[in-house]
Amino acid sequence: MRTMIQRYTAWERGNHWVVAITFILAALSGLALFQPAFFFLTDLFGGGPWTQILHPFIGVVMFLFFIAMAVRFWRFNHFTRADRQWMKRFGDVIRNRDKGLPEQGKYNAGQKYVFWIMVVSIPVLLISGIVVWQPWFAPYFPIWLQRVAVVVHALVAWIMILGIIVHVYAAIWVKGTMGAMTRGTVSSAWAKHHHRAWYRETTGK
Amino acid sequence: MALQSLDITARSATTTPSPSVRGEAIKVAKLIDISKCIGCKACQAACMEWNDLRDEVGTNAGVYDNPSDLSDQSWTIMRFSEVEVEQGRLEWLIRKDGCMHCADPGCLKACPSPGAIIQYANGIVDFHEEHCIGCGYCLTGCPFDIPRISKKDNKAYKCTLCSDRVAVGMEPACVKVCPTGAIVFGSKDDMTHHAEGRITDLKERGYSNAALYDPQGVGGTHVMYVLQHGDQPELYANLPKDPSISPLVSLWKGVTKPLMSLGIGLAVFAGFFHYVTVGPKEVEEEETD
Repeated sequence: MRTMIQRYTAWERGNHWVVAITFILAALSGLALFQPAFFFLTDLFGGGPWTQILHPFIGVVMFLFFIAMAVRFWRFNHFTRADRQWMKRFGDVIRNRDKGLPEQGKYNAGQKYVFWIMVVSIPVLLISGIVVWQPWFAPYFPIWLQRVAVVVHALVAWIMILGIIVHVYAAIWVKGTMGAMTRGTVSSAWAKHHHRAWYRETTGK
Repeated sequence: MALQSLDITARSATTTPSPSVRGEAIKVAKLIDISKCIGCKACQAACMEWNDLRDEVGTNAGVYDNPSDLSDQSWTIMRFSEVEVEQGRLEWLIRKDGCMHCADPGCLKACPSPGAIIQYANGIVDFHEEHCIGCGYCLTGCPFDIPRISKKDNKAYKCTLCSDRVAVGMEPACVKVCPTGAIVFGSKDDMTHHAEGRITDLKERGYSNAALYDPQGVGGTHVMYVLQHGDQPELYANLPKDPSISPLVSLWKGVTKPLMSLGIGLAVFAGFFHYVTVGPKEVEEEETD
């Protein structure tokens, strides 16, 4: 029988999935409002006006839960020298040539980039979103600022969606990863291969 | 107001052709001759009456402007400016503010809801509130700061150029009621011609810079002004000199829409093809630790 190690607690998993679900809802409703080709997505939310009403509230829930998650994971996401080494061999990582990669802590450099992209984008989305939030807040902001805000909101949301596509794909691509967020555990072989420094720290081996 | 008897040139958030079998319609225009305006506000009253609107009485802001700003209930208002273009010669410039019915409407460009903003073949730009989702994007698109979101129903409202009256051969209510003939309505060609006569007259009377306000930055407008001081439109309660759709809105509603969608699509495809070519990253499981 293979040994499993705990990677995420139940609270961490719950927190992650609240953020994930609200992100999907915010992204679908946001795309509907951004690009007419996706306007049909408003049907998922009960029509155009409901999409306009719900989108910002979904975003706020996502923001609050993301902050809780970011605080939990913050200390694991500082860049180190090993990250620079890892990034240099990014081409090999992509081609599944993992031999001789530097030891990684709980997260590798790619995961850390995703983390910091989220840490920057989500607050920017919240602020720019409030500026154009009709009918509650937008009337308090000048039109020129709303124009800046809509462009910033669209651009940052786009970067974030790309970041999440990478994040989701990486979880599908790297086998044995998904269990970390569904059951909370990974195999020790997985941990040794991908995050050896974290493995040794956790198990004391 | 939905009016199916009018042909349509453009619809918001729609890429396929709009109903246009009847071909080119005569472009209409409303011409507001500021030199003839006496500030009686009959146009404001007529607008309220015809469109069944009743704004709150409100408070006096210390100037003649009342109400002091456009709202969901006030689609047109008189803006009073006291200026001294020549030292010691006070002039009272009274501009009837409201939707300019741009040939290149920023509101329509910004609107994300299909068919919520319609540009008729005759040039009128109309909001179809039943399709409005209340996002306020039209406010960011408008170079003249005209649309207002109603606090009552969260929908955007503005002057319709009385599209319902025009559709049945009548002139807009404000035109009908104007006691001095400062507001006239007809085909855009006729109105431009009429304005030329007025400008010649004003020039003879010493207003050497009199001009027609039909800003080309928004493709021309279907509401035009005769300005005594055509070189300084800002004198008229900050009428923009060279209005155009903000480059930010053009960026947002222009190249970014297809490019960002393409980027998202490509990212998904890149992942898919990476998986089927390079394959998943697997770890050999050991029997024991």
